[in-house]
Amino acid sequence: MVSSDHIWSILAEVSDPEIPVLNVVEMGIVREVLISDAGVEVTITPTYSGCPAMKTIETDIAEVLEEYGIPNYTISTVLSPAWTTDWMTDEAREKLRMEGIAPPQKGSADKGLLMGRLRDVKCPRCGSTETRMISQFGSTACKSLYQCASCAEPFDYFKCI
Amino acid sequence: MTQLQQFNYTIRLADDALILGQRLSEWCGHGPILEEDIALSNIALDYVGQATNLYKHASQLDTQKRDEDVLALTRMEQEYNNMLMLELPNGDYAATIMRQYYYSSFYLLFLDKLKTSNDSFLSGFAEKSIKELRYHVQHASDWVKRMGDGTEESHNRIQEAANQLWPYVGEMFGMDALESELANAGYAVDRALLVDEWKKQCTVLFDEATLTMPTEAWHHKGGREGRHTEHMGFLLAEMQFMQRAYPGAKW
Repeated sequence: MVSSDHIWSILAEVSDPEIPVLNVVEMGIVREVLISDAGVEVTITPTYSGCPAMKTIETDIAEVLEEYGIPNYTISTVLSPAWTTDWMTDEAREKLRMEGIAPPQKGSADKGLLMGRLRDVKCPRCGSTETRMISQFGSTACKSLYQCASCAEPFDYFKCI
Repeated sequence: MTQLQQFNYTIRLADDALILGQRLSEWCGHGPILEEDIALSNIALDYVGQATNLYKHASQLDTQKRDEDVLALTRMEQEYNNMLMLELPNGDYAATIMRQYYYSSFYLLFLDKLKTSNDSFLSGFAEKSIKELRYHVQHASDWVKRMGDGTEESHNRIQEAANQLWPYVGEMFGMDALESELANAGYAVDRALLVDEWKKQCTVLFDEATLTMPTEAWHHKGGREGRHTEHMGFLLAEMQFMQRAYPGAKW
């Protein structure tokens, strides 16, 4: 019987189609791997309800499992507990920053958002906190568009949810 | 509480999300500025995604076992149970934003109550969707303020939108036998109980935006019974075209 560690390491080869620098394990999209006599059961969760990448992620996971000769597997999707940016590993955050995307801050219960308060977002290029939000919604549902006042670079900020 | 009642309730929520998502997606490529084009397309995607989750669940409750695409895209007009405000044409940007504010501020309150439903799917669905709705309410509120407290032209347009949409607002808080029974059973939300909090929030925003709260009666309703405005048929014609022309077509 295969070990769940082995499956997790296989799944880490599947990159997020919209943020290829991260894999689906680092993103926190893979929630559970169960091994039983019936086979391998992988549970995934969407970042956003309408995330258009979910279908691709499912297909990619199926492909990589078959590549490694895992014969019996099922992939199911759950909504609860709801995905949160807190599940992103520190390593993943650093990778995002290197890629020019400001990583989500920790603490997703973003009450300040409703009160209209914005957090200090650090520019991923120069590290300045003199940044301003240009648009709440960016290139994908999970990002906002920001601009740095110090180095003038526009950048994506991964929203906390 | 029967499975048919649960199915009908889930379809109501799904239809609200799908029809608003469809309307908002019409802005894709037509937004007043690029950032807003992207914002509304993202918001539309959230609603279509929420609708997908609801139709998938409804499919499991359906005695005919229709899948989510069949439920979403092949029913007749009278079988859709969305609120009328959501099917109205987008109008100008002020009208779109005002509908977004009226509806999303209600829907966030609604989801917050649905989170405590004794149905694990509905509570999980609410927990997930709330995270998205917070951003929608923030987006709409910002624009209501910006237009209300902006130029004379923007002020007049957003006030006009607030007045025009107001008669449709009552449907958000109207209950019928089905929803009351399911609410009493701890499954659904009693929407009538949300009206005071909603009005309170709306008043605060309107004050800040230098807008006047409309006072007209809430007289338009019928969506929950499948009685729609004259706009619904056109919306469905566009939305259903592919599945009607090529039944069962897959993306």
